[in-house]
This record gives sequence, C-alpha cells and structure tokens, in this order.
Amino acid sequence: MTSDLKASAAALPIAVRTRSLLADKRTRPLVLLGLVLVVFSVVRVATGANELTSAGTLEAALALSIPLGLAGLGGLWAERAGVVNIGLEGMMIMGTWGAGWAGSTYGPWQGLAAGVAFGAIGGLMHAVATVTFGVDHIVSGVAINLLGLGITQFLAVQVLHNPTQSGEIPSMGTFTVPLLPGWFASIGAHHWFAVSDLANVLFAIVDKPAYFTVMAVALLPISYFVLWRTAFGLRLRACGEAPYAAETLGVNVYKYKYLAVIASGALAGFGGAFLAIWSGFYHDGQTQGYGFIGLAAMIFGNWRPAGLAVGAGLFGYTNGLQLRSPPAVHALLLVLVIALAAYSAWLLYRRRWTSGGISAVCTLLVLWWFLKTHELEQHIVSATPYVTTLLVLALASQRLRPPAADGIPYRRGQGK
Amino acid sequence: MKSLSTFSVRRVGLALAAPVLALAFAVVVTSAILIGTGHAPLDAFGWMWAYGTAPDSIVLTINLAVGYYLAAVAVAIGFRMNLFNIGVDGQYRLAALVAAGVAGAIHLAPILSVAITVVVAMGVGALWAAIAGYLKVKRGVSEVISTIMLNYIANAVIGYLLVPGKLAVNVTGSEGVGTKVIPASGQVPGLAIIGGAQTKVYGLVVLAILVGGGYWFLLSRTRFGFDLRATGRSETAAVASGVNVKRMVIISLLLSGGIAGLIGIPNLLGESYSYSQNFPAGIGFTGISVALLGRNHPLGIAFGALLWAFLDNARQILDLHQVSKEVVTIMQATAVLSVVVAYELVRRYSISRQQRDVAQTLEAREVTV
Amino acid sequence: MELRGITKRFPGVVANHDIDITVRAGTVHAIVGENGAGKSTLMKTLFGMHKPDEGTIAVNGQQVTFSSPADAIAEGVGMVHQHFQLADNLTVTENVVLGMEPTSRGFLSFGAARTRIRELGRQYGLEVDPDALVEELGVGDRQRVEILKVLYRGARILILDEPTAVLVPQEVNELFGALRELKGQGLTVIFISHKLDEVLSVADAVTVIRGGTTVATIDPEVTSARQLAELMVGSELPSPATGESTVTDVDVLRVENLCLVSADGRSLLEGISFTIHKGEVLGIAGVEGNGQAELVEAVMGMRQAATGTVDLGGSDMSSWTTRRRREAGIGYIPEDRSRYGLLLDAPLWENRILGHQTERPNSKGLLIDAAGAKADAQRIVDEYDVRTPSIDVAASALSGGNQQKLIVGREMSGEPQLLIAAHPTRGVDVGAQAAIWDLLRAARSRGLAVLLVSADLDELIGLSDTLRVILRGRLVASADPATVTPEELGSAMTGAGAAA
Repeated sequence: MTSDLKASAAALPIAVRTRSLLADKRTRPLVLLGLVLVVFSVVRVATGANELTSAGTLEAALALSIPLGLAGLGGLWAERAGVVNIGLEGMMIMGTWGAGWAGSTYGPWQGLAAGVAFGAIGGLMHAVATVTFGVDHIVSGVAINLLGLGITQFLAVQVLHNPTQSGEIPSMGTFTVPLLPGWFASIGAHHWFAVSDLANVLFAIVDKPAYFTVMAVALLPISYFVLWRTAFGLRLRACGEAPYAAETLGVNVYKYKYLAVIASGALAGFGGAFLAIWSGFYHDGQTQGYGFIGLAAMIFGNWRPAGLAVGAGLFGYTNGLQLRSPPAVHALLLVLVIALAAYSAWLLYRRRWTSGGISAVCTLLVLWWFLKTHELEQHIVSATPYVTTLLVLALASQRLRPPAADGIPYRRGQGK
Repeated sequence: MKSLSTFSVRRVGLALAAPVLALAFAVVVTSAILIGTGHAPLDAFGWMWAYGTAPDSIVLTINLAVGYYLAAVAVAIGFRMNLFNIGVDGQYRLAALVAAGVAGAIHLAPILSVAITVVVAMGVGALWAAIAGYLKVKRGVSEVISTIMLNYIANAVIGYLLVPGKLAVNVTGSEGVGTKVIPASGQVPGLAIIGGAQTKVYGLVVLAILVGGGYWFLLSRTRFGFDLRATGRSETAAVASGVNVKRMVIISLLLSGGIAGLIGIPNLLGESYSYSQNFPAGIGFTGISVALLGRNHPLGIAFGALLWAFLDNARQILDLHQVSKEVVTIMQATAVLSVVVAYELVRRYSISRQQRDVAQTLEAREVTV
Repeated sequence: MELRGITKRFPGVVANHDIDITVRAGTVHAIVGENGAGKSTLMKTLFGMHKPDEGTIAVNGQQVTFSSPADAIAEGVGMVHQHFQLADNLTVTENVVLGMEPTSRGFLSFGAARTRIRELGRQYGLEVDPDALVEELGVGDRQRVEILKVLYRGARILILDEPTAVLVPQEVNELFGALRELKGQGLTVIFISHKLDEVLSVADAVTVIRGGTTVATIDPEVTSARQLAELMVGSELPSPATGESTVTDVDVLRVENLCLVSADGRSLLEGISFTIHKGEVLGIAGVEGNGQAELVEAVMGMRQAATGTVDLGGSDMSSWTTRRRREAGIGYIPEDRSRYGLLLDAPLWENRILGHQTERPNSKGLLIDAAGAKADAQRIVDEYDVRTPSIDVAASALSGGNQQKLIVGREMSGEPQLLIAAHPTRGVDVGAQAAIWDLLRAARSRGLAVLLVSADLDELIGLSDTLRVILRGRLVASADPATVTPEELGSAMTGAGAAA
C-alpha cells in the first residue's frame, strides 16, 4: 500500500520531468530514444519475441543501416548544395562493382577505394549534366541509374568474365574491443526488461566492428562538422539555399555544387562497396534499391545528419528483423499499435478530431490484425522496409524543410 | 505571315537536332568502347543490322516495341506535368497478374472477354498509381520516392498472389507456377503483316496505336491537355489560371497508371497466355528512357520504342561474334543521358535565338516606320 | 570611380553603349533612368557580374578589370541588390560572413563576426540581431542586412540598386540617414533609382541614362524634378491621376469578414471587409508581406479562406474554384508575371489561352480552339501594342513591358466585371506604364471595378477612388486619395499613425 503510494508519488514528477526534457531541444533525442527502448522492451516481454532486440538482429540491423545511411549522406551532400540526386542507386551499383572487381583482384582496401572512386565518377556525370548543362535533376538521375547499370553489366562481362558476380573479396579485419562485448553479451542473455535490450544494442556496436564499419559510422559526424561547422560547409549550404546570394558574395557556386555532387557519389560508392565487401563478393542486383531508400531516409531526417541516421536505422532495423527472424516481424505490429495509439492520443489532445479518429480506427485495425494472426506471410514481411518508408514519409512529409533552392537549376548571372 | 512559318519551321528543326546529335554521340562512345576492346565498330553494327532486319527479328522488334511504347506513354503523361511516375514497372506487372488471373477464370464471348481483361488491367494499374497520387496530394510525399517504394511493394504483392491456391496453379511440365492459361476465347490472334516471317505481330499492336493517337489528341487538342501542359511548364501560373493542380495530379496518375496497366496485355493475350515468374519485367524502366528519348512526343516515343526494341533484339547476335552484348546497354544509356543534355542545350539556344530575332525585327520595324 | 566608354551587348541588343560616369569619392552619386534604360546592366558591369565588351573602369585612379563579384569586392566595391540576395534559412551572421568566413583551426567561429556586426550596426544606424534567422526579418531589416554584408567586407564604394522600391517613406528616410552617415565617414555611394524626388533629396550629383547611354550629369541643387524627367524620358513623366469619379452605387465585389490561416496555423488575414462598386478603383496600400498577396489569392480562390464570404455581383462565390471565379468575370494581373501570369516557354497564342481555357474564342466545349485563340492573340497584339514579330514566339522573348501589355490585354478580354491588378506597372518602361494606366482608366469609366494592389504610392493615390491600408493581415485604415499624401499613407502602412 505504502509502496504503491510512493511509486505513484514518484511517477508524477517523472512524468513532468520527461515532458520538460522533451521540450528541451538538447535532451529530446535522448528521451525519445529511451522511450523507444522501453516500448520495444514492453513488446518483447509481452510477446516473447526475444529476436526483436537480440544481438543478432541488431548486428544485422546495423550492417543493413550503414549502406542506407551512406546513401542518405550522399543525398544530404548533394541536396544541401541544391542538387537532387536520384542517381544514388546507380552510383551505388557502380560502387558495388568497383569494390567487387578491385576487392577480389587486389584486396579489400583497394576494393573500398575503387568503390568510392566509381561512385565519385557517377557523381561527376550527374554534376556535368545538372550543374553544367542544367538538365532536370530527376531526369539526369534516372539516366545515371541506367548508365550505372549498363556500365557495370558491361564491365562484369568484359573484366570479370562473369555477368552476375565477382570472385571473393577477402575480409577486411576488425577492431577488438576489450572486455565490453563479453559483459554486454552476458547481460543481454538474461532478457531483463530494458537493461538487456540496451546491452544488446551496445553489444551490436562494440562486437568486433570491421574497420570499414567504423569508418562508415564516423562519416556521419564528419559530414555534420564539415557541412555545419566549416566555412566550406556554410558556402555549400548557401548554394542550396540561395545560390544567387552566394554568387554575389564571390562564392563560386559551380565549384561547390560540383564538389558536393562528387562527394555525394563517393559516399554512395562507399555504400555500394560496403555491401560488396560485407557480403564477400559483388553480385548483380546487390543494391536492391538501397540508394532510393537512403534518399527516403534523408528526407525522413529532414535533410539533417542525425535525422538521417534515425531514418537509416529504422529501415535497417525492419530489414534486419525480416531477414533474421521473420516471425518476430509479427511482434512489430504491436509496436505499430503503440505508436499509432500514441499518435491518435496526441491528435485528439490537439483537438484534431477527424484525423485523430481516423488514426484511432487504424490503431484498432492493426491491433485486430495482430491479435487474429500468429505470423505474417513471408512476402508481406519482405515488403516491411518499403511499407515503413512510405508510412513514415506519409506521416512526416508535411513538417519537412528542404533546402530552399533544392532541385532548381542554377546558371551564373541569371538571378534577379 | 512569313515570320509565323519561319518560327514554326525552326522549332521543328531544332526539335529534331537534339536526338540526332545525341544518337550520334552514343554511336561514337560505343565505337570507342568497341575499338578499345579490340573490335571493329562497323563490323559489329553491320552484324546487328543484318540480324535485326531479318523478317522474324522485325516481328520481335515490333512486339517488344508495343510494350515499350505503352510504357513510355504512361511515363510521358506524368512528365508533361512534371510528375515522375517511376512506378510504371510495378503498376504494369501487378495489372498483368490480376488481369491474367481474371482472363484465365472467365469464359465469355471473345471480344467481351478481351475487353474485360483490358479494363481490369487498366483499373489495377490506375489504382496502384493512385496510392502515389493520394500520398502526394494529401500527405505531400514526393511521387518519385513513393512510386519507387510501390515498385518494391508490388513485387511482394505479386509474390503473395502468385502461389497455388490464390491466383496461380502449378504449371504442367515445369517447376514454376503461373496463372491459369487463358482460354482461346480470351486470346487475341496475331497479325501476319511482315512478309517472310514465321511469327506474327501481336494483334493488340492496335492498342498501342490507339493509345498513341489518344495521347496526342488529349495533349494537343483538349482543354485538359492544355491544363496538363501548363502545369508542367509552370505550376504557379497554372494555379493562377484556374487549374486545380491536386486534381490534375490525381487524374494524370490515374491515366498514367491505367495505360501502364496495358503494357503487359498484348504479350499476355497474344503470346504467353499466362502470368508466371518468366513474364517480362523491367519494361516500366525502359519506358522512362524511351519517353526521354522521344521527348514525350507521341511520334518521338514511337521512334524511340522501335529503336530501343531493335537494339535489344539485334544485340543478341553480338555474343556469337565474341562481342559482349552489354555494350548496347551502354549505348542506350549514353543516348538517354546525352539526349536530355542535348534537349536542354537546344532549348537554351532556341530562347536566346528568339530573343535576338524579336529585338532585330523590332529594330528593323522602327527604322522603316 | 570612373567609367569610360562602357558598352555591353547581349544577343541581338546593345544594352549599354558609351557610358561615361565620374563618381567623386565621399559623395552620394545617383544614376537615374527609366525601366529598361540599361541601369541594371550597368550595375552588373560595375560589380563584375559580367564583363563589358568595351570601355574601362577605374577605381581611385587605378584601372581595374572585374571578372567576378569577388574581384569587385576585393577592390572595395559592394552592391546592395534590388531583389534581396539572402538565404532565408541562415542567420544574419551567416548571411553576412558568407564568402569571407572567420575560422579558427578550420572551424567557423562567429564570435568576432557578431561583435563586428553589432558595431557596424551602431556606427551607421543599421542595427539587426546577428543571430536572427533571415526569414523572420521584415523588409527594412533585410535591407540592413544587405548593407551590413557590404560594409562587413570593408567596401568603400556602395552600389545601391533601387533600394527604396519596397520601402515606405519613413523607412526611406531612415535609409537616407544611414547613407548620409556613410558619406560622412568618407564612403562613396552610387544610388540607382527612378524616383526623382528621392534622388534630388539625397544625391550630390545625378547622372541620367537613357536608351542605354549616359545623356547628362547634373547638379541636383539647380535642377527640378521636371527637368530631370525630361532628360530621363525625353518628355514629361506620365501621371497616374484619374479624372472625374465614375463610381456608381452598384456593388461588384463584396468581401465580408474574410480570415485566412496558414498551413502551420498562423493568421494571415483577419476580418477583412470591403466593397468595390462598378466603376470604382479600390487601392490597397501596405508594406510588402502584410497580407496583400494573400488577400488577392483569397479573392481569386487560390487559397481557401477559413471564414468569411466573397460575393461577386450578388452571388456568393466563397466556395467556388479559381476557374469558376474567372469564368464569372474576374480578370487577374498577378504581381509576378513570369511566375504567375505567363508560360514563358510557350508561344504567345498559348499564353492567350492561359487563365481563359474554358472561354471562347479559346475553346469549344472540351476542345481547344487553336485558330480562335491565335486570331484573338493577334487582336490583342495589335490593339494593345504588344511589340512582337509574331504570335508564335515564346513569351520569354518579349520585354517586361510587352509581356505585361499582353497580360493586360488578355485579362481585359471578355468584358470582366472585376479586375484584380497587383503591381500592374512593376518593372515596365515609362511608355508601357502610361499605356497600362490609360487602359485601367478607360476600363474604369466603362464600369469596371478594380482591386489595385501596389507598392508605388503615387500610382496608388493617382488611380484609386478609395484607399485602404493593410497591416499584419488587417485593414487598419482608409484614406481619401484626393487629400492623402504619400507620407501620411506611409505612416499608416507602418502602423505609426492613422491616415486621414
């Protein structure tokens, strides 16, 4: 009795504090991440789907998030400079092939370098078409995707003498983190509420990370610092917001757009190389639309590195879960129910009755679906990452703020 | 009146200059690659020409081109209003699957059966495209991303439906599954219009011609077409002129998806009679390239579709001569990239040329006054 | 700064020829000329945005060549553009330092820059919060940021291109105060304008440009506005003044309690009510960005009003689409003709159809009547004196004035009841301006009701029968154009005081 009272008395300030922490811009991401962790723990305990936050799932999620994140970063660089890059997929394809060829011939590091270089060449072509010739960015991107595929198919036959795959790429080597992985693994094995889930997350991060994984992850903060904390980055972003203003201050807009789009291609190429080196070889169709999903992750992340990372993580996670443990995807429905319920509650609290009502109905429908079924059809499971992308964009799109001059052709001296 | 005709004639001339330049550039690039890999370009092109112009190859080319043409028109409707329907591929495959399922299940009078199949295919394609339209109009999601995602989701839906017990049956004599074979009443006989060929042109080549004619009429003769083109040229000006852009987005995506739904039908009713995992895929993406090559013009697209189909077909011979046929893919891709650059250059040239002409004419007029 | 024999050609036209100007250090030197006289081209030359084909530029006696704005900046020349060149999503500091960013160990370091911006602000009376996002600033503040950008670069010569076009008289006075301050500290100001009174009040010397060349440099002390006008256009400037009132008591447009809310919930228009009668011109005065554009779009049906009614000739059209409103007899001259009024890539005859797709002679039923549209486009070209060799040229090939005459001709076709004219003479030459004013006056006397929005207070006072002032989305005052002065109107526009 007394302990109950104490608990509820303690809960009130916690709720209040959570709210103020949520309102604070600096602590909001941490609080949200904590909430997500708790929701997943609840669902895991409720459904017994331990795979939901198992170390294996999370490692797969991380490995799948990285190429998406790299493609998203590629999109970020280009779009921050005002060039829409739908050609990321083609540049990634070129990256996978470059890594497959050089990796199987010379070694993984050379493979990585070749992947990056091939991607950068794709970026250069996009820059020539869009920046120099002012071609519509989407049209050029579509053409680059076609060209990337054509070049790799040709080169595969010509150089690898095998139209579908390369030889084996040797492994790149990993960091060994002392002690921590063992500790996290043992805590994770206990399936304690929240604690084990967090331990699994940490385990997935510190368990023998490959060199290129660490490099790829590091590119995220590096991109942030370059784009937001350096003079170079300010100029680059100015080209995406107001190129003619930048021009009048003596900034060579063409130069920055070129550099941004080439960097964009190089990052996509890195993403492709990651896929090839991680799988141990290049094969035809390896990218599976990651370039496009990466772009979606960037849009979801509101053209910011941290948001993009969350987007990539979300898509990587759903993809990892459906690859590692299709039955656990069923438990994701419950997560969806909780998220939808929270969203409906928020809408109703804001007195938006119609949308709140629709959302509540959807919540009930998904809940019904969850309760009526025990597992999901394999084909539906395989569509999860794509459906997630669509749903998330449908919910987030209206609050987004792309760079003001994104996708608009620029020509020197043509401003008002 | 003289000046009127000079402006129009020049417009046509400039419009033709771009694709010619781009194709020439693609041929040069391909030749360079061939020489670089130790082959004589003229030989390679000669083999392709000889192989591609044989009567049976011509039939094959036309049959391929029918699908490409429909796909390109579907894409072009969107392009004309700056709407990028990258999802034609998913739309037509899903439509072909459902239409095949329906056509395999019904036994009606021949014309009626074909009509139902066509309507079902158009309806499914339109509905699938409408999802992207809804998301764009109501939720502000870029159709570029949503249609790409819908392609992948369509794959999953097709996988889900194409199992025995749903839309598929076990195909006798093979390990695969497919929809029930369409009865003779639902099939469309081929046309023996190419002399000397063993094979026949799809009867539903008529469909492509009708769609092309309808597309031309809709775009250039109707108010709807004017509104659509105005939206593509300047969305702001279109809104100010009274165009309901959201409605236009929905309608044009429905039209685009409906035509996309037709892409697989000539093949389905004229050759394969069943939808299986072997059903041609990727035509939607080819359609994007063909639409770009043909500058969204009904005749330009027809030329582009035939050229693309010819290349796809004729390149098969290259393997026999130890030339990798993928070189043709590079040629096609180069042609597309260079044609969009060429159109942009021609557009810029044409604007500055017109400005100069206007200034000169007016100066001359003031002098004579 | 000295310019000798500057000539600049563009395809088909000579924009500038034999320009000779000498600007003495430490003075305010005005360059005047009408729209299309070649001022903008000259400015771009001065600032290195393009190279002259002939002629020389000297700064402090040294001959210089500018091949980019960076070169001009290096020589101490800075430019304040007519259309603000600012990135909305960046802060004031970021906008100011762009191109010469202070860094420490490779990273941006804004501390010193902020202090410098504050200092400059205090020194010249141009104070702005360095950490504000530009999108949150009003017009006057934006202009300050533009000037700060130039001063931050240590410019000794400032070029201001039509700086007063978007300011109210009070803001103009503040700007002129800052200019005098700059001059007092030894800086040189080149001031481009076509507003003669302003020029005469602030400049130490005035150079007149006409037809692309310099025709005279005069002393403002001994020259009248009238003499200056004659130098500028070869005759007296046209006047927007209308004759006798033609206002009737027949209501054409009645707007009642119109409210508009933005997508993110901000109030854009609140409780707007007014009536325009047959034969009446109602002028809306306001500082740009106070809701005029939204008001026009709400009346046109391009934005959905939250509450309130809009009634045209007795029928409530609040729920009508834009198209239906246009069909009911509303003509619309949008403020930004290249974005809202024309399809630049399309030939003139297709532009004749735009906005009137459902009306004869442009269409028959659901089909476009190309022949009818072409014939009528030719009629507009002839009647409204649109200077073009053919109705088959693209709209982008015409000059601004001719584009505007085409739009006016198109919107007057089909006998509209109501004309909505937003900045109808912005950026057009004097000839076209006079022609457009004539057309509006003639249509008014035939019984047309006009809703006129303009930033040109003389135009507004001259043409209107009734004036209303809009401020932060509300109609806050009315004025009688017969008695009100631009200064009074200006105070009302900034909320400083009520007009008569």
